[in-house]
Amino acid sequence: MITLSPDARYRWQIAARALTAIFGGFALANASGILLAYLLPLPKNEAVTVGMLLSFAIYAGAAMWVFAHRSLIKSAGGIWLLAAIFFALIALFKFAGVTL
Amino acid sequence: MKSGFRQSMSWVHTWGGLTVGWVLYFVFLTGTLGYFDTEIDRWMKPELKPETASVQQSLATAEKRLREKAEGAERWLISTPAGRDNPYLRIFWQMPEKDGVPGARGNELLDATTGELLSGRATGGGQTLYRMHYSLHYIPTNIAYWIVGLCSMFMLVAIITGVVIHKKIFKEMFTFRRQKGQRSWLDMHNLLSVSALPFHFMITYSGLIFFVLTYMSLIVAGTYGFGKDSQQQFSNEFFSEMHKPKPSGNKTELADLGSMFAIAESEWGQGEVRFLDIDYPGDSNARVNFIRHSDSPLRSSPELVFDGTTGKLLTEVPVITSTPRAVYSVFLGLHEGLFANTGLRWLYFFSGLLGTAMIATGMILWSLKRRPAQLKKAGGPDFGYRFVESLNLGTVIGLPITIAAYFWANRLLPVDLPSRAQWEVHTMFIVWLICLLYPLLRPVTKGWIDLSWIAAGVFCLLPVLNGITTDRHLLNSVQQGDWIFAGVDLTFLAAGVFFGVVAIKLRAQSTSSEAEIAATKNSAKSKPAAGNVSNNTPSEAC
Repeated sequence: MITLSPDARYRWQIAARALTAIFGGFALANASGILLAYLLPLPKNEAVTVGMLLSFAIYAGAAMWVFAHRSLIKSAGGIWLLAAIFFALIALFKFAGVTL
Repeated sequence: MKSGFRQSMSWVHTWGGLTVGWVLYFVFLTGTLGYFDTEIDRWMKPELKPETASVQQSLATAEKRLREKAEGAERWLISTPAGRDNPYLRIFWQMPEKDGVPGARGNELLDATTGELLSGRATGGGQTLYRMHYSLHYIPTNIAYWIVGLCSMFMLVAIITGVVIHKKIFKEMFTFRRQKGQRSWLDMHNLLSVSALPFHFMITYSGLIFFVLTYMSLIVAGTYGFGKDSQQQFSNEFFSEMHKPKPSGNKTELADLGSMFAIAESEWGQGEVRFLDIDYPGDSNARVNFIRHSDSPLRSSPELVFDGTTGKLLTEVPVITSTPRAVYSVFLGLHEGLFANTGLRWLYFFSGLLGTAMIATGMILWSLKRRPAQLKKAGGPDFGYRFVESLNLGTVIGLPITIAAYFWANRLLPVDLPSRAQWEVHTMFIVWLICLLYPLLRPVTKGWIDLSWIAAGVFCLLPVLNGITTDRHLLNSVQQGDWIFAGVDLTFLAAGVFFGVVAIKLRAQSTSSEAEIAATKNSAKSKPAAGNVSNNTPSEAC
């Protein structure tokens, strides 16, 4: 087991948070956009548009969330978990043949 | 991450802002100049005289030229000379795709009276500057879009976290403590941010939405499916282009554009047509679309669709087809500000400058805050700190000098220089490189004063240079009432004066802080107990 100095630990967890904010946030923003498009009772292309328009706000919120909590697991893990759940739901909708 | 929510957000604001601050500064400054893109175009082609031909004449000229250049095209665009956005007759053509190979396309500016190509020096004009704010330069555009997009996302987060950490947002809006060093810079940063906060938010979010189909293409893929056809289906539904017929392949003469134009003007009023978009000219299924000038923040404008063979008005395409699309369109329209009249255009310009200054003060603040601790370090300031300090100088003052260099190059490069327009841009980036390397030659604090003086000089001398190299000097322009030329020259002068004031302030600041340091050193030597005394008697200190 490698033990890290406090300085190195700090740097690694900043890197983990930054990567989660950028890529995890992006994944979550896209997943939320698609999910919104499925759930909104609007014509297909309008629902997709709403999903796209809101995706940047969700992205920004996710990025802030990643840095808001003390615990790395809670904040960064939360984003990845939520994105995974959303994608699983979308896959389920597709599999079950839910149409927009 | 840190102990409290506000502290964590403050960390994100500081470091996130710093990481991409220089790119954002570039994007904001070049984008701000874009609000005067066609005015800058005019200034950079001083040979051209304003267009005086009538619309009917322009249409005839355009059609003649397009028949020569692009018979059997898929699409012709004609924008007749009208007002600020298109001062000259412009044509564009797109040939049809053949065996999967996209057809050739081209565009030309024409003299509407003679039909000749508009000559004048080769220049990138205001359009090149404007395009840099989203496609940068020397980088493939699709990569540049992603770089600018990621930086815009950082900007959005910086704006939101900035609001979160700013507790007394309204009280401090009216607070400005002068000559208090770092505190004054913070007050200035707050003032610049809060006073145009709605603009900063709008411009950032709408900038992202401009490329939403690129950035968030997964959302379309996740709902419509992957692949080109699915994307096409979405954009057909989204832009409601379902009504467009396919070409029949039968050749038929295009109906008279002039009489269709007359119908369009009788529907909308004189001077309301922005451009003509002609699908399959010469085909029996040709369509002629007239697009109206936008006078509202809605980016999509009303369209009249004519049958290209009979010249009959078919339909009027409604502007708003759905609420989400209207929201999308308003965001884009607000970003571009094409609807803005002169007053509002200046407001856009100043708001953009406030945003640029907000970014600059934020980055200066980062280095000022760390300066005392860095100077105390035994081996001198860290590399990272010096890197930031140098980049700040080379960008905050360097970029304006760079932009001035672009205008200097426009007037000084030989007119017959091959790839002249590119060399204007090369000049720009060479000058920027020199500014970025300048801190290697001079201490940073001195460098700020030097470069500010240089910026003052190059901007103040631009109107002089214009007067020497063209017959359109400032007095002439004012006398002739040519407010585009006069306006650009006067704006250069104002920028020069601004940097002159900055230089004077910086020099005053640096001499006073040097005197302070010298004074404290002297007093420490001569009266070692002085500090203790005043600590013991707080009443004296008050």
